[in-house]
Amino acid sequence: MNFISTHLLSTILFFPMLSAVAMLFLPKGENKLFRWFAFVASLVPFALTLVAWFQFKSDQPGFQFEETYIWYQAIGSSLHLGVDGLSLTMVLLTTLLTPLAILASFSISDRVRPYMMLFLFLETGMLGVFMALDLLIFFVFWEAGLVPMYFLINQWGSANKDYASLKFLIYTMGGSLGLLLAVQMLGVLFGTYDLVTLYQRWNSLEPGSILMGMSVHTVKTIAFWAFVIAFAIKVPLWPFHTWLPDAHTEAPTAGSMLLAGVLLKLGAYGFLRLVLPFYPVEAKMFAGALALLATAAIVFGAFGSFGQTDFKRLVAYSSVNHMGFVVLGIAAAAYAIGTQDATIALNGAILQMFNHGLSSAGMFFLVGVIYERTHTRNLEEFGGLFPIIPIYGGLLIFTSMASLGLPGLNGFISEFLVVRGAFPVLTAYTAISMLGLLFTGAYILKGIKKVLHGPMNEHWAHGEHKLTEINAREIVVMVPLMALILWIGIYPAWILDVINKAVVMLF
Amino acid sequence: MNFPVLSIITFTPLVAAVVMLLMPAQRKNEVRAVALAAAIFALILSAWVFFTYNQSTAGYQFVERYNWLPALGISLYFGVDGISAPLVLLTGVVMFTGVLISWGDDDKHVMAGIQDRPREFFAFLFILAWGVFGVFVSLDLFMLFFFYEIAVFPMYLLIVIWGWIQTREYAAMKLTIYLFIGSVISLVGVLAMYWLQYKNTGVLSFDMLLMEKAGFSHAFQNIWFLPVFLGFAVLGGIWPFHNWSPDGHVAAPTAVSMFHAGVLMKLGAFAALRVGIMLLPDGAKYWQWLIMFFAAVAVVYGAYIAFVQMDFKYMVGFSSVSHMGLVMLGFSTLNRQGLLGSGLQMFSHGVMTALFFAVVGMIYDRAHTRQIPELGGMAKIMPFATIGFIIGGLVSMGMPLFSGFIAEFPIFMGVWGRQWLVAVIASISIVITAAYIMRNIRQVFFGNMPEKLEGHITDITILDKVAITTLCFFMIVIGLFPSFMVPMVQTGVENILRLLGGS
Repeated sequence: MNFISTHLLSTILFFPMLSAVAMLFLPKGENKLFRWFAFVASLVPFALTLVAWFQFKSDQPGFQFEETYIWYQAIGSSLHLGVDGLSLTMVLLTTLLTPLAILASFSISDRVRPYMMLFLFLETGMLGVFMALDLLIFFVFWEAGLVPMYFLINQWGSANKDYASLKFLIYTMGGSLGLLLAVQMLGVLFGTYDLVTLYQRWNSLEPGSILMGMSVHTVKTIAFWAFVIAFAIKVPLWPFHTWLPDAHTEAPTAGSMLLAGVLLKLGAYGFLRLVLPFYPVEAKMFAGALALLATAAIVFGAFGSFGQTDFKRLVAYSSVNHMGFVVLGIAAAAYAIGTQDATIALNGAILQMFNHGLSSAGMFFLVGVIYERTHTRNLEEFGGLFPIIPIYGGLLIFTSMASLGLPGLNGFISEFLVVRGAFPVLTAYTAISMLGLLFTGAYILKGIKKVLHGPMNEHWAHGEHKLTEINAREIVVMVPLMALILWIGIYPAWILDVINKAVVMLF
Repeated sequence: MNFPVLSIITFTPLVAAVVMLLMPAQRKNEVRAVALAAAIFALILSAWVFFTYNQSTAGYQFVERYNWLPALGISLYFGVDGISAPLVLLTGVVMFTGVLISWGDDDKHVMAGIQDRPREFFAFLFILAWGVFGVFVSLDLFMLFFFYEIAVFPMYLLIVIWGWIQTREYAAMKLTIYLFIGSVISLVGVLAMYWLQYKNTGVLSFDMLLMEKAGFSHAFQNIWFLPVFLGFAVLGGIWPFHNWSPDGHVAAPTAVSMFHAGVLMKLGAFAALRVGIMLLPDGAKYWQWLIMFFAAVAVVYGAYIAFVQMDFKYMVGFSSVSHMGLVMLGFSTLNRQGLLGSGLQMFSHGVMTALFFAVVGMIYDRAHTRQIPELGGMAKIMPFATIGFIIGGLVSMGMPLFSGFIAEFPIFMGVWGRQWLVAVIASISIVITAAYIMRNIRQVFFGNMPEKLEGHITDITILDKVAITTLCFFMIVIGLFPSFMVPMVQTGVENILRLLGGS
């Protein structure tokens, strides 16, 4: 026990990866064993994260549970882990969603072992980004997480998987090039990759001095955009979002859950952990541009979603729409940094990250449930299914309402906070975004109507095509998500307290 | 006198080659067993050198010296530093895996490995290995050159006799002419250094440690650096003198391609470093921009040409040009990070490309085609080879947690220290590499298997699996724990920086 309490974060981080390696030694062909092994292995980090959550002292500034190990001394990088309120929230989201995603994929019967291993590798990759306090380690996990996701889409995806997976990989790697180069530049300039040291030294550069033949201002502006583009692609921000509908639509259900639930958060986390602390001046200068892109993401995401006839694509575009609010909050905070509005907006943005993780994972799962039974995602082929599958219908409406932002559920709290924080700062953009919210309502209701209401499609009512109700395992996946959605909706203080203290101390 | 481990490593392949040539030609399995035993012996000794190398003291270790031709100042003078010790290990690894995948089997109908005259094949391959070990451990310029020529010459026979029937004569001749012209140009430079040292100090010696102190003038260095460096770098596949190399790779039999890309190209880079940069440091500073230009072109252009290849083996061949470009790019920075990265990249690329060629060979032996569109669905039949190739691919893409990242990252850092624009341009190759690697993995291993291949493809043998595992081991260990190799290479880099007068 003593070992675990002193190595809490590294245990959480590497346990999934080591379990994946251990899976290699399980006997061949035991699909049931693989599934349960992976599921149990992913519950361990979740349990440990709960331990960390309750031991975490939210009043204390700086990072907690810090650990440092020698990694690549020659270039000044070490495996430095630590969490604050911001990253701990994201770690909790990741370790919560991974077991649910694994449970959701119990219906996979094709090559179960590599499938489950990839999920566990993916978990380590995502957790590493959230825990890293070393810029190079951040980048290492940022890139490494791509590989399992690529193979999950490429191997277990649906019809158009080759195109979607390559687009996902090349888009993200291409976007990360600027980040890679900027990271290298920082490393060369300061000889270390430790985030805490870099924050200070980078910001204490004399504004007039010359770096590599250019003024510090120019260098910082270029590096700022290099970071922003890498993260904007991941979030994704309009116009860098086009990989997302393809990847989400073609990925297997559990892959979409993690892609929307956690991977998109990596981009937003990058804004909060790296862009705002490294470039407060540039972020303020370009806050308007960011807000413009965020507003475009909100509005066009909603329109795009409304126009879809594919149920999964509809949900995918809704992610663009919802993540737009995260960036809007960040842009407002960058513009008005230090004020109360900024704090509120950031609270909203971070909570929105968590909330969107819950609701989008739920939505993708429910889409997967019906797709598994009907083998179609075409909204025109559904209709009037409520009487056939009433429990499913109830769950779908509940989750959709969370996504829509119904008061009493979690989405409302976070979107309200973002809008409240951003309104005094970026009034015009916020006003337009709120019009976008109107369309959010429209596409969500459209989805519900096309699937559950209207004239019943008799094809699904009788005979061999008769739809079966959502089963117990699938309900078990939904219960934790819905419980949290409701809990945050009614009593958000437990999580906002941690987030708020982190925001106040950080910015 | 300590245990003369370096000379034992160096001469083991030669002795084994002679033993094999004395055996009856029809005793194929016995010949193979001798080859394998010698390869394992060399591998164990080179691993021993690697792990017992004292990282706390820089400089040359395991030094041995025997007079050979005292009148001209030539001696067998062996020793390794932090740059060459990993390369000795690399040679041991590639030799071991190369023997395994060429094992062949006379009884089966699968035409894998070498069935035609294995005795001569292994003998020539081992003479090649003898030369390679010799270059890496020589501290005497004459002996370095001697071994260099020995390493180049058997390539011709290996390609022309056991190579791909369609291009082997063309490719072997092209390769030999390119390399001999390069080495002759270098030889002129080597002799110029020898005579100038004699003039300056009055000592006739090829001892490189003495030459380091010979005090060559700036003008001399500026004139001779380019011929010496480029002459050797031809073997390292430097653009624009690279185009013998993909042809040579493709025409060569599998084990020879592994040796060629995995080790021989390192030989060129290593000799260019040891003789060009370390003996003529001022010349290196003077011509730095040109080497950097050549290397940057190689990195991006090589990746692009690899991207458009339809032949699987040509794709791997051009990817080697791109990756060796990174080694040269690291050299051209002449600073701590860049040289460190180059040292690591030589090892990392060596095992990675050996793995690539091994897998390509396994597929070609079974499918009898290397056209990427005509291949597909290999993952179902050879899952082990698939995983091996994917790991190699991730190394090639510079994916973190694998050795490629550990090697490439400092190279780029080094370039940032010199000319940031080059780093930006060269980084494009990372995305191009990712694109062609992933596209080929998808098509060759996961695509639909063409009908005419159905039923003809068999899984790889257990020896192949051992070879793949060995190669993957190093790529993962270095990726996860850079300290496996980095501190050692650092000691070698310190030595170079001292000659360059600090960085």
